[in-house]
Amino acid sequence: MTASLAQSSPAVKTGSRAWRRFCRHRLALFGIAAIVLLVLASVVGPSLIPFDSLKIDIRHRFAPPPFEGHLFGTDQLGRDLLVRLLMAGRISLSIGFAAMIVSTAFGTLIGVAAGYYGGAVRVALMRFVDAMLCFPQIFLLLVLAAFIQPNVVTLTLVIAASSWMEVARVVEGQVRSLRERDFILAAEMLGASGRYVMFRELLPNAIGPIIVAATLTVARAILLEAYVSFLGYGIQPPMASWGNMLNNAQQYLGSAPWLAIFPGLMITLAVSSFNFVGDGLRDALDARFDLN
Amino acid sequence: MQGTLSPARVAMPAARTAAEAVLNVRDLSVTFATEKGPLVAVREVSFDLRAGETLALVGESGSGKSVTSLAIMRLTPSAPRVKLGGSVQFTDGKGRTRDLLTLEADAMRGIRGNEISMIFQEPMTSLNPVHRIGDQIAEAITFHEKTGTRAALERAAQLLDQVGIPDARRRLSAYPHQLSGGMRQRVMIAMALACNPRVLIADEPTTALDVTVQAQILELLKELQSATGMAVIFVTHNLGVVAEVADRVMVMYAGAIVERGDVVPVMTRPLMPYTQGLLHSVPRLDPEALGREPLEAIPGNVPDPLRQPPGCAFAPRCRHVEPACEAAMPALEEADGGRQVRCRRWRAIDEAQR
Repeated sequence: MTASLAQSSPAVKTGSRAWRRFCRHRLALFGIAAIVLLVLASVVGPSLIPFDSLKIDIRHRFAPPPFEGHLFGTDQLGRDLLVRLLMAGRISLSIGFAAMIVSTAFGTLIGVAAGYYGGAVRVALMRFVDAMLCFPQIFLLLVLAAFIQPNVVTLTLVIAASSWMEVARVVEGQVRSLRERDFILAAEMLGASGRYVMFRELLPNAIGPIIVAATLTVARAILLEAYVSFLGYGIQPPMASWGNMLNNAQQYLGSAPWLAIFPGLMITLAVSSFNFVGDGLRDALDARFDLN
Repeated sequence: MQGTLSPARVAMPAARTAAEAVLNVRDLSVTFATEKGPLVAVREVSFDLRAGETLALVGESGSGKSVTSLAIMRLTPSAPRVKLGGSVQFTDGKGRTRDLLTLEADAMRGIRGNEISMIFQEPMTSLNPVHRIGDQIAEAITFHEKTGTRAALERAAQLLDQVGIPDARRRLSAYPHQLSGGMRQRVMIAMALACNPRVLIADEPTTALDVTVQAQILELLKELQSATGMAVIFVTHNLGVVAEVADRVMVMYAGAIVERGDVVPVMTRPLMPYTQGLLHSVPRLDPEALGREPLEAIPGNVPDPLRQPPGCAFAPRCRHVEPACEAAMPALEEADGGRQVRCRRWRAIDEAQR
């Protein structure tokens, strides 16, 4: 007893064990580094580059990289490609994170309610989830986008509306199994309210899978934003997003391939980084991987 | 021992004769709706529980003893899957008597943990692994009392001290997995007693613990009971424990009470063949019993609750069975000394025992 107390606190202990497992996951570490770099560059980068993302310079159209300070070249209107990529990063990453927060919150709420109440509530909510999953996501997005004015906020909401179902399913499964545990009965025995049991007893025990699902949702949201913007229903020019930069680059694929390559690389980097981190977290939070 | 126990409760006499009844259970039935039809887990159980006394609820697995205690707390799954019948009259500290089975959910929540508490068999899984034990005990207090977090934690430390956890203040920040089984059961007891309940239901609280720890926990429960004057329902299959702690015993078989009475007569001169069987199957260490015959066991198994025999549920396993036993379920008869027994042959069985 005293021996176990002499050790570090358990949160730190299990936390550090998970952290060690995470660190063993090379790709996840790479992912974290890439995400931090992308975020930092998008936030501070544009103010360090002496070009404006919207400034048109007709004399230097289609400058191939690197050209007189235009590290990544310029586009068809002579705008600096690097600063546009970073400005687009701000938009794409914010949409990714914001859509993740909204969809995780909503999905968690639905999942906890379905798992906790069970019975008819569960059937109704989970069949609703199934129904939402039946729509091909990209068409759902396009239909919705056709009805609303596309901007950062509406696009975030639309993406969130089409990606909360996964989280709801994960949380529902977790809560349903946790619900049968003794400590839930013990909490009810002590007079805990339903809300307390759901959010203080059940949810903290399901946080691992939620984090994993949330991370993967960021990746998917970025990808979705790129799709929709590429198809012209997303972020509208002259504002830049990785998707609409790709759309724009289409016409010049032969003559100015860098216009397509760089935004494509950014999307690939961001999406795969989040996926790597998600994988890493999944392994790190699963104690079974301690065996190897 | 001070601080958390109100003086009124401490002063309450433990003498059973004068004590008021806190719980009157009448014809309590629990029926589960299953795919194969209704399953009666508890049938028409009636008993009274008086302040300060310990009532042992004894029976094999599947005899309905745990379901009975969960039904009193209304913690069985809700209708339509489970139907509760009968009444559970509870008298609270202010002298108000209410039927727990018809109480609204909110009022019931105010009673759970506050007036009636419960401790479970498995201390290893009864605490939430992600919260510190201090916070868990403090929460149990704040469910029922308007106290600040700091005051609640202060009370939690006192409670831990009271249940015999050394260095209580430091342990507040421990997580459940840092504690041993015995320690966790002490924490569970602290949580259950946080609001000075009038009734504590202990559902096999020592079964999962090793023997020395078992004795400590039983001792602790006895101490706390005499300090607070609470009534205890002790659910167990361990007759050794019954002899240790109980004032009265209630033996359950296949969801029904088959024998009940004061602990000494029931344990020394059981009238119901099932109680006899239970007592004979307890290993004994006295020299007389050692090295003699192998330990007796009751032949057969508990009947399938979906296909109960029409007569006495114990008849298929009974040595004293006669045709009449299998025809109809015998009633709970008054025997001598305030005892009740559900057996049509108890007089003959008693005669043979003398």
